Amino acid sequence: MDVLDLARWQFGITTVYHFLMVPLTIGLALLVAGMQTAWVRTGKIVYLKMTKFWGKLLLINFAMGVVTGIVQEFQFGMNWNEYSRFVGDVFGAPLAMEGLIAFFVESTFLGLWIFGWDRLPKRVHLACAWAFSLATIASAYFILAANSWMQHPVGVKFVDGRPQMTSIGDVLTNNTVLAAFPHTIAGAFAVAAAFLVGVGAWWLWRNREAADEHRQVWRNSIKLGALTGLVAFVVLVISGDFQGKLMFQQQPMKMAAAEALCSTEQPAGFSLFAVGDVGDPDCENVKSFTMPALLSFLAHGDVSSEVKGVDDLITEYRERYGTNYPDDPALGDLAGKPIEYVPNLPVTYWGFRLMIGFGALSAGFGLVALWLTRRGRIPRSRWFPRLGLLAIAAPFLANSAGWIFTEMGRQPFVVVPNPTGIDGVWMFTATAVSRLSVGEIWTSLIALTTVYGVLAVVEVFLLRRYIRAGIEGVMPPKPTEESDRDVLSFAY
Amino acid sequence: MDLATLWFVIIAMLWLGYLFLEGFDFGVGMLLPVLGRTDRERRVLINTIGPVWDGNEVWLLVAGGATFAAFPGWYASLFSVAYIPLLLFLLALIGRGVAFEYRGKVDSARWRRAWDTVIVTGSWVAALGVGAVLTTNVVGLPIGADGNRIGGPLAMVRWETLLGAAAVAGYAIVHGAVFLALKTDGDVRERARNLVLRLGPVLLAPLVALLLVIQLRYGSGWSWLVLLVVLAAAVVAYLRLAAGREGQAFAGLGVAVTGTVVALFAALYPNVLPSTVDPAFSLSIAETANSPYTLTVMSWVALFGTPAVLVYQGWTYWVFRQRISAEHIPPVQVP
Ligand code: HDD
Ligand code: HEM
Ligand code: HEM
Repeated sequence: MDVLDLARWQFGITTVYHFLMVPLTIGLALLVAGMQTAWVRTGKIVYLKMTKFWGKLLLINFAMGVVTGIVQEFQFGMNWNEYSRFVGDVFGAPLAMEGLIAFFVESTFLGLWIFGWDRLPKRVHLACAWAFSLATIASAYFILAANSWMQHPVGVKFVDGRPQMTSIGDVLTNNTVLAAFPHTIAGAFAVAAAFLVGVGAWWLWRNREAADEHRQVWRNSIKLGALTGLVAFVVLVISGDFQGKLMFQQQPMKMAAAEALCSTEQPAGFSLFAVGDVGDPDCENVKSFTMPALLSFLAHGDVSSEVKGVDDLITEYRERYGTNYPDDPALGDLAGKPIEYVPNLPVTYWGFRLMIGFGALSAGFGLVALWLTRRGRIPRSRWFPRLGLLAIAAPFLANSAGWIFTEMGRQPFVVVPNPTGIDGVWMFTATAVSRLSVGEIWTSLIALTTVYGVLAVVEVFLLRRYIRAGIEGVMPPKPTEESDRDVLSFAY
Repeated sequence: MDLATLWFVIIAMLWLGYLFLEGFDFGVGMLLPVLGRTDRERRVLINTIGPVWDGNEVWLLVAGGATFAAFPGWYASLFSVAYIPLLLFLLALIGRGVAFEYRGKVDSARWRRAWDTVIVTGSWVAALGVGAVLTTNVVGLPIGADGNRIGGPLAMVRWETLLGAAAVAGYAIVHGAVFLALKTDGDVRERARNLVLRLGPVLLAPLVALLLVIQLRYGSGWSWLVLLVVLAAAVVAYLRLAAGREGQAFAGLGVAVTGTVVALFAALYPNVLPSTVDPAFSLSIAETANSPYTLTVMSWVALFGTPAVLVYQGWTYWVFRQRISAEHIPPVQVP
């Protein structure tokens, strides 16, 4: 493997990994702030228990989100320095804003929230939870604005061989980010929701015979989780549909690849699933089961419209963006070679379907759980907790599949050309990578993957332990002696 | 002052914030086994920085982000040229970060010992790494005409790199110990004070040596003044600590680190990244700066953002101003 492949693997691995923690943090943070609000307003102990229990799991997860995020911030300069030079005038701004506006608030107010239980007035302490959770959402906005600019560059002109920003407003209100933001946030809530439902289901089932005083905690959690999951799913579908329409305009090749649509069709059907090799270049060996005209509808809101296929698009792209890479030795094996404009078809095709499928699965389990626990019922079947715990994985997989589809579907570009103009503003992934030695990048790939692997084991171990310990594990012991009054209510 | 120079100054200030704040975090981590003899005492140490270390670390992220947003060429060259040192630094930060959070989550001596090792090693490596990279950035890296490295992965390492690493590590220990003297009570406070009173001058010697090297090589008349300020502040800090005024000693070290950052960035100006291969390849403020429009946007963001950060971070330190001692540490309560 050469430096390019390794850098891509490293970005893929570290980012997908980071994005396992991130959605859980975003989703849980706001839900926990809501639970705490309920406690402060009603004074009911059940809400305090919920806050403490889910808050503890949030913290265990958050630590990993932070440390893996640091790698992300530095990775552009380390592995993608040509990219950083090229896009620096635009791309650095949202990144710096994310730090200055969101990360500072996030980290500071989380510290206050963790250690401030007995040092801050109740309402101020609650405000810290809200500040923290809103900041996680703000950070998502900025980073998504950066990512959306790569998918659809706007607000720039081409000066001296690189894009120069002309309007930060345009960058921050790129229609791509306006669609991706609700979609990604809803994806985050889908994750947190499935977590609440799954863990709640397990606890409810575990104490099905001997109802203890905490049963209401699990009932509430299941209900909150299931409802959140359903709303999230609706938002995902609506925003996803909107994203799809934008993608047909902005990245037609990605969408054609997602459909393994070889040649232009009018009207075009939506492929539900396929047998055979969707990556096969001449499309003869693929049997695809399609919903007639649905793809036309997804693309343009009109069942009879034309949707361009991969073959026609290749010709178009070659005319616009060239047929061969420059004959620059820095490009290694690719120097002077023809540019491969079609992204990896099996990945895009299946990525798209897995995203939707897994998302639907987890929302579906939420519905089932709501039904089974209706009006005080306690499910007896062993399948209830088993499926509940399994269903936690679904939205994580949907998120990863969605991102892998989005990011691999934009190949061979790292900055996709805006089809409606802005001459010159695009970049091939092959030209974006740093001129490093293969040994260096192998070292960092192995080191980071190993450390991430070990930490994954630790995090899952801790989450499991605290989940099993339940409410008893997180409620403070009743103060007994006078001397206890000086003791910190929370300490590492 | 033009916008590009303003951003050079802002980035220097972000580094100052980082060195001042995370400097003592590193110190506390490095001193964990030295000043914390029992588990309870080690928990005292960790809890002095518990609520704040993550907020302190964000200064680094913002320094990195601001460099990207204002001088992408600097960001791109420095980070790829210093690849392996940065990787070690990142691994250290990863380890430290999770260790603080996870150390107390299981009641087992082995578990805690393992995380203690991570905290200590991580803090050492991170402090050495910051010093190495920052110093090398000032004295120059082997970059060619395209801003990329000439030579192997460790081509950036020079004797100044090692001196810089020692300088920041020594400073972090002193700063961390003074911070602990200020924030704790009982045995830990005594030990922290004694450590600085006995070893402080030795620990700060590499920093002074580094500043002398920088002064002799790049300095002018007025920069002697900066060196004097640093020295005077360090001496005052020492004397105030001896007099039992930990807060003033801490402030004195703040002045010293401010002078250090001024000296380093003044030596760098008007470059952002000097080349040791050929001065013509050096990256300058003017060449690497982003367009005036981008810098204007970022200036507005900084103008409103930075004061807010200072206010709420300051407030956090106020909320957690109470000294901590072993009696305040609750018994281990984990599932
Ligand atoms: C949709 C949301 C989202 C996405 C796509 C990303 N992140 Fe992230 N990131 C977050 C949402 C987030 C967060 C929820 O806000 C985190 C999790 C823990 C935290 O502190 O904030 C976070 C943490 C986090 C941190 C640590 C912050 C701290 O110490 O407090 C950094 C430096 C980054 N991220 C940087 C990135 C970069 C450069 C990304 C792109 C490749 C990226 N993140 C993708
Ligand atoms: C929102 C912020 C994000 C930004 C700015 C971003 C940017 C990038 C960049 C610069 C690359 C490397 C160049 C390339 O291979 O094209 C990349 C690749 C990749 N990213 Fe993202 N990304 C973001 C979010 C994500 C997330 C959240 C995931 C997954 C959970 C993800 C998954 C991937 C994958 C799998 C690759 C490798 C694709 C390939 O090389 O074929 N990305 N991204
Ligand atoms: C019917 C439902 C859905 C549709 C129509 C849909 C549509 C889309 C489309 C078109 C994209 C690509 C956007 C681009 O390339 O710019 C995308 C990306 C993505 N999807 Fe979905 N999606 C659906 C459900 C879900 C679910 C259930 C989840 C997770 C729980 C999810 C998570 C993601 C993520 C994380 C991305 C990448 C980030 C982004 O571009 O916003 N999606 N989705």
